[in-house]
Amino acid sequence: MNAVTLAGLAGAALIGMGLFGLVTHSHILRKIVAFNVIGSGVFLLFGAVARRGAASGLNADPVPQALVITGIVVAFSATALAVALLLRYFKEVGSPFLADDPGAGASQPDHERP
Amino acid sequence: MTLSFGFDLSLAVLTLAVAGYAIGARESFASVVAFISYGVLLALVWVRLSAVDVALTEAAIGSGVTGALLIGAAAKVGEGAVDAPRSVRGAGRLLTALFCIATTLGIATAFLSLPEKAPTLAPLAAEHLPSTGLGNPVTAVLLSYRAIDTLLESVVLVFAVVGVWTFASDRDWGGRPESPGKDRPEQPLTFLGQILPPLGILVGVHLVWTGATEPGGAFQGGTVLAAAWILVMAAGLRKPPSIEGAWLRFALIGGPALFLGVGVAGFALAKAFLAYPEGHSKAFILVIEAALTFSIAIALGLLALGAPGRKGHP
Repeated sequence: MNAVTLAGLAGAALIGMGLFGLVTHSHILRKIVAFNVIGSGVFLLFGAVARRGAASGLNADPVPQALVITGIVVAFSATALAVALLLRYFKEVGSPFLADDPGAGASQPDHERP
Repeated sequence: MTLSFGFDLSLAVLTLAVAGYAIGARESFASVVAFISYGVLLALVWVRLSAVDVALTEAAIGSGVTGALLIGAAAKVGEGAVDAPRSVRGAGRLLTALFCIATTLGIATAFLSLPEKAPTLAPLAAEHLPSTGLGNPVTAVLLSYRAIDTLLESVVLVFAVVGVWTFASDRDWGGRPESPGKDRPEQPLTFLGQILPPLGILVGVHLVWTGATEPGGAFQGGTVLAAAWILVMAAGLRKPPSIEGAWLRFALIGGPALFLGVGVAGFALAKAFLAYPEGHSKAFILVIEAALTFSIAIALGLLALGAPGRKGHP
């Protein structure tokens, strides 16, 4: 067991924890945070897998590092988009929660076809 | 058990514990604060993996700018009403937990059963490093070998800004995003807003300049510049820009446009898209990085500010 193996296992644990938060929370912001935890877990796992390929006098393989840097920036862009969507949803609906389930609106009359 | 392994183990446990708190905290504000601390701890893990470039990016973007964005959102939406739909409870929660544990175990097993000899492109990257005139192989990958990825990435940032702006109401279009700070900022914040930005600009430019040979680069430097800009606005020293400003839009697309221009010029100068003329790679890369840094700083700042709102209407 060394730092690399430890980081890989931590990455796996982070993915599981993030997945749990994403599914169980109904507050949208909590879902966004959980999704980011999954994302960073995936990056960490990837980094740990890539670290095994470190060779030729370099400390670490530069190709996967560049990929992760790109990934972090794109993940931030996606998060910014998600937050903007949340804020607009909050402005329209007045609540940071998603509706419980699609069946919850069943009491309202459906638009019937003529 | 050696000392360094003890350190790695405690760091991993601490990182997981803070991440667990970010997931399980009762309030969304506490969750966001935990997420920011988690990002900083994760950056330390990246340092331990000898990936200092990634560590800088994670600390600056993954923790810093994302944190600023999430804190702002948490302050605006709050915790929600008491009669809100409950999160998943009871048997469903248990089932979800079991499924997530299974996912983790599956990934961990796959990770542990990887073949001993890992495939790598590192020797190839090291071999051609002198031809780029750079000393940092990560920068060489980002701006020379795989420059097209970085070009597309910078375009993604522009699209994200456009996407965020589309969430503005019709009547707010052309206005300013809300200021990230309070209407009347406290004096210490104003003080910091005056003291820190010059330092931030210095650190940002330094990160880009040393990125050629040492860890650092356009994205890390650009983030520090964006942070300085956000601080100035949060301290109330400058208003957020109107999204209709022509200079703002030029600054936003300037970096990617120059990058694309150099890429097309590569057809004439070096017979391929995004190829640099022999012996002049470093000069080209530095010019691209300088323009890119500025555009990245503008894009990140705008993403953190969000869509234009009524409060900030001129």
